[in-house]
Amino acid sequence: MHELSIARSVLDMVKQNVAEKDLPKVRSITMRIGELAGVMPDSLEFCYQALTSDTPLSQSSLCIERVPFQIECQQCHQLSLNERGFAFCPLCGSSNTTLLSGDELHVAAIELNETAETVHERVDD
Amino acid sequence: MSVLTIERKVLEKNDEIASRNRELFRRNKMFVVNLVSSPGSGKTSVLEKTLERLRDQVRVAVVEGDVQTDFDAQRVAKFNVPVVQIVTNGGCHLEAKLVEDAVAKMDLSGVQVLVIENVGNLVCPANYDLGEAMKIVVASTTEGDDKPLKYPAMFRNASVLIINKIDLLPFANSNLDLLRRNALQINPHLKIFETSCVTGEGIAEWCAWLKREAGSGK
Repeated sequence: MHELSIARSVLDMVKQNVAEKDLPKVRSITMRIGELAGVMPDSLEFCYQALTSDTPLSQSSLCIERVPFQIECQQCHQLSLNERGFAFCPLCGSSNTTLLSGDELHVAAIELNETAETVHERVDD
Repeated sequence: MSVLTIERKVLEKNDEIASRNRELFRRNKMFVVNLVSSPGSGKTSVLEKTLERLRDQVRVAVVEGDVQTDFDAQRVAKFNVPVVQIVTNGGCHLEAKLVEDAVAKMDLSGVQVLVIENVGNLVCPANYDLGEAMKIVVASTTEGDDKPLKYPAMFRNASVLIINKIDLLPFANSNLDLLRRNALQINPHLKIFETSCVTGEGIAEWCAWLKREAGSGK
């Protein structure tokens, strides 16, 4: 159950990037989580809601994008996806592969309901 | 609506502290391993056998992590090595900050090897860098030969696999070759040792390797 400590880290990151008075304007936090990152999205969402209820962030939620486990074969140069985390190239059998994605645990972006003045690095759309 | 682009690792704070730990370990020329496994695989027993064999040859210090009790620190203290127990009080893994605080309480002078025994758990400790040189995963024969496939992240992140309790193979519904094959399928670079803390089999090979690594200045 390390999802609780991960949810706390996400919360810290939001507070570092959004001024306190703008916290109620936060609508969602987009996260990218690899299939092999060992994090359960449902559990993380539950922890986030538990930590933010009755706080200025109570209206916000997590938006989690799963990133597939993908390797690149250094022998035959093919990319392949597999859910089980095998390091071998399924096409040529080589073990000489590199991980392209699947272990990330990132906060990608924070969406705010309305333009907030005090936030920096803002991109309006 | 506005969007703030963040693009940062959730565990960046932990990683920062881990880098600090790594720098401290490097300055002190310590070889640091993060010992991970499911509960009951025999991490502490392997550690005891290691200390028994190496304590006169290599200066070892230990950080113990458990959810509750200091039983493991007591077991290790019998070998007269510096040891600090971290009690996580429910926490399912060690974090870099806990290790930083634990190490601050220790006299590191002359220490060549630091073993950090993580909380027994094959999931969460995979995510947390503590500043170690490598993760060493222990899997016992009684846990079944499919462990690496069930918990791929941990086996992928480890550099060494110790297959423990090989004396129990005749009684365990477990195929050693298959366990080895499954582990290598997840991580072809794993160095594998096979040990029994009851018969002592394989302990000499494992200890010789650890001693060599400790002396190689990594």
